[in-house]
Amino acid sequence: MHLNSIKHIRRRQLISASIRGIVLFFTVLTLLPLVYILIYIIKQGIGAINWSFFVQLPRPVGEAGGGIANALVGSVLIVCVATLMAVPIGISSALYLSEHPQGRLANVIRFCVEVLTGIPSIVVGIVAYDWLVKPMGSFSAFSGSVALAIMMLPIMIRSAEETLKRFPTHLREASLALGVPYYKTIMKVLLPCSLSGVLSGIILSVARIVGETAPLLFTAFGNPYLSFHIFHPMHSLPLLIYNYAISPYDSWHQLAWGAALVLLCWILLLNILTRMIIRKWSVRY
Amino acid sequence: MERPILEVKHFHAWFGTHEVVKNVNLTLHRNEVVAVMGPSGCGKTTFLRCINRMHELTPEARTEGQILLEGEDIYRMSPIMLRLRVGMVFQRPNPFPHMTIYENVLAGYLLNNIKLSRSDKDAIVEDALRKAALWEEVKNNLKKKGTFLSGGQQQRLCIARAIAMKPDLLLLDEPTSALDPISTAGIEELLQELKKNYTLIIVTHNMQQAARVSDETAFFYMGELVEFAPTRQLFTAPKDQRTQNYITGRFS
Repeated sequence: MHLNSIKHIRRRQLISASIRGIVLFFTVLTLLPLVYILIYIIKQGIGAINWSFFVQLPRPVGEAGGGIANALVGSVLIVCVATLMAVPIGISSALYLSEHPQGRLANVIRFCVEVLTGIPSIVVGIVAYDWLVKPMGSFSAFSGSVALAIMMLPIMIRSAEETLKRFPTHLREASLALGVPYYKTIMKVLLPCSLSGVLSGIILSVARIVGETAPLLFTAFGNPYLSFHIFHPMHSLPLLIYNYAISPYDSWHQLAWGAALVLLCWILLLNILTRMIIRKWSVRY
Repeated sequence: MERPILEVKHFHAWFGTHEVVKNVNLTLHRNEVVAVMGPSGCGKTTFLRCINRMHELTPEARTEGQILLEGEDIYRMSPIMLRLRVGMVFQRPNPFPHMTIYENVLAGYLLNNIKLSRSDKDAIVEDALRKAALWEEVKNNLKKKGTFLSGGQQQRLCIARAIAMKPDLLLLDEPTSALDPISTAGIEELLQELKKNYTLIIVTHNMQQAARVSDETAFFYMGELVEFAPTRQLFTAPKDQRTQNYITGRFS
């Protein structure tokens, strides 16, 4: 071979290697803050974690110990109620969009979903305040759930629509040709086949709103005591973190770090769950 | 003579303003096999889909004329009742991916909430799979997903799913066009068997297939039913020049 062309190839290999290096460098650069945040939160929060942290209420300033039981229960309740509200609406909208992709109404819905994605969470909170807190005369976990449900909708609708759209015509025809009515085809063929995608969309939307603080500020409001009543003010993890982190007391800071760690683990678990569902239940057409 | 199972009278079909099927008249008796052949775009698949009203899934589809199933106008029946009586097998094998082989055979019952006892279910599954010549291959794997099977096996599974409903009439839309030659031979062999118990209408673009499996052949051209005759007669002594041209390969 020509010496010249060997040289040329060497040069290209060199360029190729350096490009690879640059790409790797920026990837690591992206991961760095993430890893740093994780390590820092674990380092700060792990000290607060013990049994009483989960089962006790926060103590008044000056007293050592105490936990975040009220916020934990509150967060779980608020998020569950929000999910219960958002799922039927979100999945039905996604079904409508995937079944009538070209319709006028579908375009309107799609546009609304896009706009909804862009609305700042604090605005959603204000809207929930106006709709529910003012007429009902009190802050409530329920109004917080409504605000969170609104935040969940666009994420859920988008991901469910993507999954449902991929359902192939030939399976729809297989079902209809067996004399199966349209609604049963939807319920027993389309949805089960799309189950993994729809479920993971739901869970991801939950993971997305678990840490939302702004919509809860003037809806769920917060509550220093344990409450199960969804029409009363209720505490939640992000609210607790917000309140305690800006307080001047070290013991409260400690609780906030612990709560942040709990929140982080919760979201991580949801993401892992999503991956498991996709691996286990996804249907290949 | 007994009442024909299917009578098609002055039947037309349109998609929008495009007339796809033009004035088709045809009579079909029980346990006959009719092959519908013709060049691509001649309306043969549309005609087939009109028989179980699957064409209605296409927006702007419109029909005129009558199709009688055992004397009953199918356009006055509910499409659901009609499709329970008229089974269909598609070009591409389409077993339900979320169901096992066993459930796939019973899909028509399961999806319609028709309750069956365990023993009835087992009997229907075995009978349908035997008739579809698939039983020996899958009897130990009934709990596996239907999509694990090969293409030819999947198509036989779809045939089993259709005949499990004990249809009066079975429509097959180019059932071998997506299969390899060996699977195709298997399906054709199966069709020979099915002839004994079922009334079949097979759309095919393959003349040899039409000649091999059918008692009667319908030749469609540009939406018209050009010729409908006993298969041997149509292939040896076609009456119409266009049929002659088609079977001698002058156009395809």
